[in-house]
Amino acid sequence: MNRKKFQQGMRDGIPICLGYFAVSFTFGMMAVGGGLSIWQAVLISLTNLTSAGQFAGLNLIFTGAPYYEMALTQLVINLRYCLMSFSLSQKVDQKANPLHRFFMAHGVTDEIFGISSAVHGDLSPWYMYGAMSVAIPGWTGGTLLGAISGNLMPDFIASALGIAIYGMFLAIVIPASKSSRTILAVVVGAMVLSGLFSVVPGLKQISSGFVIIIVTVLVAAIAAWLRPIQEVQNFEQ
Amino acid sequence: MSSNVYIYILVMALVTYLIRMLPLALIRRQMNSTFVKSFLYYVPYATLSAMTFPAILHSTGSLASAVIGFAVAVYLSYKEKSMITVALCACMVVFIAERFI
Repeated sequence: MNRKKFQQGMRDGIPICLGYFAVSFTFGMMAVGGGLSIWQAVLISLTNLTSAGQFAGLNLIFTGAPYYEMALTQLVINLRYCLMSFSLSQKVDQKANPLHRFFMAHGVTDEIFGISSAVHGDLSPWYMYGAMSVAIPGWTGGTLLGAISGNLMPDFIASALGIAIYGMFLAIVIPASKSSRTILAVVVGAMVLSGLFSVVPGLKQISSGFVIIIVTVLVAAIAAWLRPIQEVQNFEQ
Repeated sequence: MSSNVYIYILVMALVTYLIRMLPLALIRRQMNSTFVKSFLYYVPYATLSAMTFPAILHSTGSLASAVIGFAVAVYLSYKEKSMITVALCACMVVFIAERFI
């Protein structure tokens, strides 16, 4: 075990934990409100560890949808994790035991992926475990409290915490944009494109999970085509 | 409904885990193609940016407080403050802004 990496992961996991709390609290509340038990709500959060997928799943459970529809919905909404895992597969420390990859996989969320890809150099499994050890209790604990309280979290708290995760993402992409004009173009391009998807009629109907995949593949491919990196570089802050 | 809730949960968890696990477990070797390497190098920036905007505008109680929080987060990130600082300051500014707007 690499204690230093683990602690680093824990520290970077704190803002994730805060951001998760507000969202999973709402999830717990909705799950119990719709008829699930507290334990079932917590079990979903513990085993799924994803926001959009869980909310969509909840709807399908309540409407009694067929299982294949549940599987397809989860596949579509969560397909972006495939891209993130692919990206991380190249960053994981090659010397680490391959078995780690099976455990790290559970922690591939938007947020943990964000901080893990911002790590300088190779990614140690222990860094991810550290982040997971803080983020997962935030996600499941928030669900539990939401499920127990059965009430809305005071609006002003939910509202303030909601922005935490995005602040974190900005703290990753903006410093990197200062050092490379291509990265700046990727960041601005991706924001503009996903902004277009949210306002242009026709494109608006596409689910947010797909929008992220389309925008990422398009923008990263164009950047790779126009500005291929010269040698092995690592994504860093 | 209660009898098959656990099957639903199993299906959700399994599909989500497989999506995350397969690429990590199967692609162990380093890619040699410059295009693939470059593509993967840009992926995190593109994904995180696409996830942030425009979603950040709807992440708080009102558009106004979100815009203020967004601006503060961009400024502090530009000043290269740490992730936790940027995240907490954005939360605080939203909290304060919503008292006044």
